[in-house]
Order: sequence, then structure tokens, then C-alpha cells
Amino acid sequence: MSKTKNIFISDSEKIVADLKHRNTIKFNISKYDAAVEKGVQRYSNLELARERASFIKGQAINHLYEYLIEFEKNSTRNGAQVIWCRDSNEAIESVKSILVQNQASLLVKSKSMTTEEIDFNEHVEKIGVETLETDLGEYIVQLAGEKPYHILTPAMHKSRHDIADLFHEKFNTPPGSDPQFLTAYVRKKLRQKFRTADVGVTGANFLVADVGGIGLTENEGNGLMTVSFPKVHIVIAGIEKVIPSMKDLGLLWPLLATRGTGQQISVYNSLITGPRKENEADGPEKMFILLLDNGRTNLYQSDDRYEALKCIRCGACLNVCPIYKNIGGYTYNATYSGPIGSVITPFFKGEKEYNHLSFACTVCGKCTETCPVKIPLHNQLLLNRRDAVENGGDFVWNKGMKAFSYTFSERKRLDRFNGKMKNTALSLAKNTLGKRKSLPKVAAQSFSKEWKSKQ
Amino acid sequence: MTVDLFVPCFIDQLYPRTAFNVIKLLEKAGVGVNYNPEQTCCGQPAFNSGYWKETKTLAKKFIDDFPNDRPIVSPSASCTGFIKNYYPDLFKKDDSSFSGYQRLHRNLFEMTDFLVNQLKFTDFGASFPHKVCYHDACSALREYGIRQEPRLLLSKVKGLELVEMEETETCCGFGGTFSAKFTAISTAMTEQKIENALKTGAEYIISTESSCLMNLEVYISKNNIPLKPIHIADILASGW
Repeated sequence: MSKTKNIFISDSEKIVADLKHRNTIKFNISKYDAAVEKGVQRYSNLELARERASFIKGQAINHLYEYLIEFEKNSTRNGAQVIWCRDSNEAIESVKSILVQNQASLLVKSKSMTTEEIDFNEHVEKIGVETLETDLGEYIVQLAGEKPYHILTPAMHKSRHDIADLFHEKFNTPPGSDPQFLTAYVRKKLRQKFRTADVGVTGANFLVADVGGIGLTENEGNGLMTVSFPKVHIVIAGIEKVIPSMKDLGLLWPLLATRGTGQQISVYNSLITGPRKENEADGPEKMFILLLDNGRTNLYQSDDRYEALKCIRCGACLNVCPIYKNIGGYTYNATYSGPIGSVITPFFKGEKEYNHLSFACTVCGKCTETCPVKIPLHNQLLLNRRDAVENGGDFVWNKGMKAFSYTFSERKRLDRFNGKMKNTALSLAKNTLGKRKSLPKVAAQSFSKEWKSKQ
Repeated sequence: MTVDLFVPCFIDQLYPRTAFNVIKLLEKAGVGVNYNPEQTCCGQPAFNSGYWKETKTLAKKFIDDFPNDRPIVSPSASCTGFIKNYYPDLFKKDDSSFSGYQRLHRNLFEMTDFLVNQLKFTDFGASFPHKVCYHDACSALREYGIRQEPRLLLSKVKGLELVEMEETETCCGFGGTFSAKFTAISTAMTEQKIENALKTGAEYIISTESSCLMNLEVYISKNNIPLKPIHIADILASGW
């Protein structure tokens, strides 16, 4: 058993017994559920919207190379500099050299999971550049010294009381401060930072090929501030974020918002096409766009799993996943958690170390039913399992499944022993169902045998 | 009309009464039932664990065990849904087993679907004077696609009071070998399912899936919980 799997199992044992965690997540997700349920009703034909979104993202993935080149060409013409990064190392080195060349000492960031993927903050802080998360949820987890718990809702695991306590501890705000007070408090603090930051870093929800721009969606305005105040704007985006045309945003932006939070559309949606032009009043002087592979090509080359590259990171599959709701975001020990994380992480971080995530699923299918771009997530987990077995599998299960297939491939083998003998054999073996379940009882005679005796 | 009966391995080994009840129901609905006692398992446990080679062995046997071109009825949406949706992944289109799969695909029916939508026979004159809740199995709901059929059948049972529980569409935590590989997560899920069922005040929890019922039963028996899992076929065959 791999070390990562052992950690996963022991962490999951601890967290499922933590009822405070269970209740906080249940409460926070129930609020999302209510909003999303209302939100989807705005669609007269949600299924058609999903089909179309899936088709558009599919087109982009099927012609990934062409659209990326088109994006590069158009964004370069807009004055941005495109940098291709094969892995996190190349991305980090590129970022570092941009920061050094521009003598940066303070960097502000809007929410980006891609930067989490490459441990951006840790690397950048090592060279003496202060990094500050400006999305409120990200700000909270950064303050707590934690990683985002959820790809869309980074502080989902914290109740309002947890957050009030955290701010009291760190900033001596009045104990039990309400969310409005704390939000205003952070807003004031961030304003000063935005004004003095040298570099702004964002991800991209979409890389829009035909206009060479990045589509950025957010609710707090911190993204716009991040790209407006500092003189340098760095974008870090996975190569799968490319979409063919600006026209596609009309469908994708509302769908992303609806599935993510239940909103009709997020509050701020920006299409940023290059740095400030000569005749323009504001905007950064330089714009760098890092296009990150970091395992995406592995996924692209797989059978069927390449469809996971359609993901628009709405987080809906996490919110509906009964496993996620029980073990939470951290137990996955990966940047991307929940069903989508379990599908892609083995391709991003190593099959052997992360294939256990594909098995940690009851194949309930709720994720597939929910996905706005129709990624067959639970089917993909089954394909990951097949790969895991083909790559060696697990010794005990290999033996067990061979025995299962042997026994069940002939009726007489299955009925060689009666129920009593089978129950005795079961009772001698370790109860694999755990301490809080008993073992099932085999009937005295199988249906087949009893049926035959009655003929 | 004659149909072939497919008895899932769970029912064959653990709950043979349920299979006898299915025969009783089909016969009452005016259908002749043929059963091939050589059948064993559709292969889903191996497939869901990633063992495609082993699944293929069982799938081929399954196709051979059901050679007739007529309805195959089974008291499980999990097994029938699995065969319909996943056998094509196992066999390439030029494989000789593929035509066998196509025959199965058009003939396979989960029992409540067959009774309600094919036979349109819904009232068995059953009585079951108890408060019950119905667990929507993931496979029934999402893999096969039944939601109303079992409820319609239950509505015809005299004395039965169906109370819907919270999160009825959430997984019970079984997931095949998942429940042995990740016992803590599985048990937490089962615990919440049982909590939701108990909140309704029901004496029985009903499902179309004996696999879910088995998972609930092993938790219930270990923890002495006043709730009884029961297959829908056993309810429909009660009182007559």
C-alpha cells in the first residue's frame, strides 16, 4: 500500500468522526444547494445548455493545439507575452525572473487554483516577495496558514464563529465580530496593499482564442483591482482553459456561476486583452501569460479521461459528492479534491501515489449528473481503477478477484459449500467491513439450489 | 408471455426468499417465468474494482446463460444498469460477444420498471400495515433511471404508509468493495442514511437493491437499531 494511501485512510478515519466538521460542511453546502436549486430553474432547458457547453469545451480540447496557437498569436498581438511552461518548475522559474526583473517586493493575487498547483506562494516568498491573497476566502485560509479547502469556496470548512475567532487572534478584532464587520475590515486592509503592490497575479477562467484575452470571473472586485493597480500582471493558466471564441462566454459564464454558486452570473466578469495600450488611461504596463501543462498532456493522451480537461472548475461535483461531504477537502492531499480531483490527480501527481482516490468512491453518479460540461466523472474513475489494476493492482485484491471470477464462472463451484459452511468461513476471516458493521449472513441454500430441489 | 429471471448473486446467496417472491409477482401479473439455474453473477463487483479481465469472463458466461431473445427481468437496477451501460466497454464492436450484449440490452428490465412500464400491472392486492421509507439506490436512480415506479407500486399496498426521508437520493455508503476498502467513510455514510430513515419514524426501509439493503442490515444488526431493511419485492408479495 502506498504511503499516500495510508495517510488518506488514517486522515479519513479521523475526519469522519469529527461531527463539528460534518455539521459545518453540511450547513455550508446546504446553503449552496438551496441557491443552486433556485439558480438552475432560470434555465428553460438546462440540459441543452450543458450539451452546448460540453460541445464547446470539447471542440477546444479536440483542437487544443490550434486554439492555443491562435490564443498565443492574438494575445501577443495585444501586447502580452506568452510563456509556455511544461511543469511547475518552469512556471516558478519564469515567475521568479519576472519578479526579479521588475524589482517586485509585494504581489497581490486573486483566486487561482493553478497557482496552488505549483505551490506559487511558498516559492515566491522564498525569494523575499510578499504575496497576499485578495479573495476573502483565500485571505482567510492564508491567514490561518492553510490551503484552500474547496476549489471554489476555499474557507468552506470554517463557520462564521471560526473566522471571527481567527481574526480576533490575528488582528485583535472584537471577539465574535459579524461577517459584515470583518469583510469591511479586510477591504480596508486590502485597499492599501492594492495601491502599493508591484505585481498582480491572476488565473484565467477562460483563455479566449479569437480575441487573445483572458476571461476572469469573480464576485468581490479583487480580481479587477489585481489587474488594475500593479504595473505588472502575471496570468497563470492551465492549457485546457482555452475556448474558441468570445461568443462562447455568453453561455459559459452564466453556467459557471449557476453551478458554482447559484448566481445568474458572477458580479464581475472581465475580458482582459493585453496590457495598457498607448492611448489608454489605466491598466498594467506589462502582461505575462504563463500557459501551464503540468500533467495535462498525460490526461490528454489517455483514453476517455481527456474529457476531464473540459472542466470549468465550478466545484459543483465536490458539493454533491457524499465522499467529499464526509472527508472534506484536505483529506485528498491534492490541489484538486472531490470527483474531478480524484480523476485528474493521478495524471498530475503520479498514478501509483494517487490511484487510491479513484477507489474512494461509491460510483453513486451524482457528480456526472451534476457536471455542467457533462464530464462522465464516475465512469472516468472506473477507468482509472482499470489502469491501477493493469499497473499491478493490489496483491490481496488481485488474489481475491481471481478467486471470485473463478468461483462464479461455474455454478457448481458456487454451490459446492452450503450457507452454513460459508458463514463459518466468513466468521473466521477478519471482518473487512469494520468495527461498526457485522458480516452479512449467507442463506442456508442458494436460490439456485433451492429452486432446483423444488422442480 | 414468458420472461427469463435473472437473480443477482446477492439475492441468490443471501436473500433467496426475495427471488421466490419475484416469481410469485410475475406469475400473478400473468407472466410465465423461466429460470436458468446455471447463472451466477453479471461481473459488476470485479468491474467496479478495476478487474476487467475477470469481468469479461463472467460477462461472457452471463451472455451465454441468457440466450433467448425475450425479456429478462431482475430485482436489481444495479446489475441490469451495469450490464446495459458497461458491457460495451468490455467488448469491442467486432467481438462475437457484442451481438449478445445487444440482445441483452434490449431485453433487460429491472423488476419495478417491467411491472409498471411494460406490463402496466401495479396492484397485487398486497397489504403491509406499516410505516416505511424508501431509499433511492444510486444505481436505480442514476444508472438505470427509476424513481416513480417503486413509489407507484408501494402506493397500491394496503395499510402501507410511505414517508419520504431527507436525502433519500444520497448513497448509503455501500459501493461494493468500497465498503471494505474505506470502512470508516462507508460507515459514516451508512450512519447518516440510517439517521435520516429513523427521523421519519418508519419501521422499514425499502429499496430495489439488495446490495444497499445488505449494507444497511449489517450496520443495523451490529448497532441494534429498530429499523428493518426489506426488498420491494418482499413487500409487494405480502398479505396474499
